[in-house]
Amino acid sequence: MTRYLIRRTISAVIVIWAVATLVFFMLRAVPGDPFRAMLADVDPQAADELRRKFGLDRPMYIQYFLWMGRMAQGDLGNSIYGSNVSVSRIIAEAFPRTLSLAGLAFVISLILAISAGIVSAVRKNSALDHAFTFFAFLGLSMPDFWLGILLIIVFAVNLQWLPAIGYVPLSKGFWPWFSHLILPAIAAGTPFSAIVARMTRSAMLEVLNSEYIKVARAKGLTEQSIVFRHALKNALIPVVTVMGIAFALLMSGAVIVENVFAIKGLGRVLIQGILNRDYPVVQGAILVVAVIFVFTNLLVDVLYTVIDPRIRYEG
Amino acid sequence: MTETTDSLPLPGSLVETTPRRRSSWGWLRTLWRSKPAVLGLSFLLLLVIGALFAPAIAPYDPNAQDFEFLEAPSLAHLLGTDDLGRDLFSRIVFGARISLFVGVSTVLLSSVIGVFLGLLAGYYGGWIDNIIMRYIDLQWAFPNFIIAVYLVAVFGTGLENVIIAVTLAFLDDFARVVRGMVLSIREREYVLSARALGASDARILWRHILPNATAPVIVQATVSVSYAILAEAGLSFLGLGVKPSTPTWGLILSDSRTFISRGWWLAVFPGLAITLTVLSINFLGDALRDIFDVREYEQEEGGH
Repeated sequence: MTRYLIRRTISAVIVIWAVATLVFFMLRAVPGDPFRAMLADVDPQAADELRRKFGLDRPMYIQYFLWMGRMAQGDLGNSIYGSNVSVSRIIAEAFPRTLSLAGLAFVISLILAISAGIVSAVRKNSALDHAFTFFAFLGLSMPDFWLGILLIIVFAVNLQWLPAIGYVPLSKGFWPWFSHLILPAIAAGTPFSAIVARMTRSAMLEVLNSEYIKVARAKGLTEQSIVFRHALKNALIPVVTVMGIAFALLMSGAVIVENVFAIKGLGRVLIQGILNRDYPVVQGAILVVAVIFVFTNLLVDVLYTVIDPRIRYEG
Repeated sequence: MTETTDSLPLPGSLVETTPRRRSSWGWLRTLWRSKPAVLGLSFLLLLVIGALFAPAIAPYDPNAQDFEFLEAPSLAHLLGTDDLGRDLFSRIVFGARISLFVGVSTVLLSSVIGVFLGLLAGYYGGWIDNIIMRYIDLQWAFPNFIIAVYLVAVFGTGLENVIIAVTLAFLDDFARVVRGMVLSIREREYVLSARALGASDARILWRHILPNATAPVIVQATVSVSYAILAEAGLSFLGLGVKPSTPTWGLILSDSRTFISRGWWLAVFPGLAITLTVLSINFLGDALRDIFDVREYEQEEGGH
């Protein structure tokens, strides 16, 4: 297990390095740089000066090594636009917002999805099961940003129960934080819950038909004890395997939903960076997103071995 | 829906098939028996007709402005008008063209390239497999939409670039499906005997291996079309898609946010168009998955 962990961590670091390298060279492979777009026609000299200041006039391989060296020390460079804030600071400010959004979305959708999945399996082919199935299909087919807009129209504009946009940190109190995040969390978490609910349902159905559950029934255990104490534990194993895919959907949902609800998280930083052609910001944001994905995948694999003792990875 | 709809389309999962003997048209009859699939097909048919004959069907020019700004749905304007007095129904009908075109063309392109890469990797193994799969695995670690967003950042916006970005972002799904398929049948007797009889690699791949991969590729392609349509809408919505004056569902939705309290129809109908389209494709994909008996299975290695 330790050897497996070490091997996986090393390969995770390699993946991150490869992504960083790809991101660095691809962004520079296209003609034109931000200063040409900003200043070339107005003031070519100022553009040259800025290029020198940001080191864009040096040969590309030197830029690459300098960038790698700085990155190893946690320095992601400065934003080209606005007040030259360091990218690390922009990301440090944005990250907790995305984490809050994704975390809340994860918890809410997981609870809803697993409950719906269990009900669907236990009451197979009931009206409720059919309804959940339909909602799961709908949840996977609806664009999350549209769901976000609909939620704003209903709960913020018409009912006026919840604020439409913005973010308030948890330190300002639970309700202000929660009320700003609940709508975006639902919007970002819906495809995730759809997948998890369907997986829970089919895994539960499979387990409920297995021999040991029949034995448990024959022993006269209550249905409640069978479902929760015996079946659920084993049914959750396959659910964990789709967690990686589902979490990826949740994160891409967060990227786009942040732009609907004007939450200045990683997704908004990334999109604003792209629209402004702000290289250092785009690089930094993409890298942080890459690190999140690579380590979630690692976590899911490790979690899998913890939950299912039958699985042993060889180093 | 019964238990046949247990598995939902998941983005890019590996698939495995058990070849089944069926009469060549039997699957159509099975498809016909699935109510959701028939419903989905009917809607898609309407949509394709709408997109093809958009100029005849749309009552107004999608870009014609009028003085009837932000009119609620009425007989004159079925789905209302936008802030410039343009007819929303006409814009949505024309928007179907972009959505369908991007959805279908990107998936055609990425399936051809992905299948080719998957065949090469699975059949030859060794360093070819290594190079191709290192890249595919790298891409596999990230959601397609994030990759598409990044590629648009690199290439720039506009219809061509969106198509390139979405095509590249969806490659890995096809390559993985086909490679897995090839690995499972590469050593089968009929492949080995074809080789013993002196068939060329190209012939073995084309005549003996590829036909086995069609079912999982068709299922994957159906699922991918729905994700590609969502990706295009998302890119347009973020301002990373086609140029702003083009009527697309994602752009109309993006603009609708300014008038959220005065024009609900601007937000509701384009979103409904996307949802119904994607839902129809997913219904169809789910039925195809059952018919071809393509199962998704969990991967044993890392990645997703």
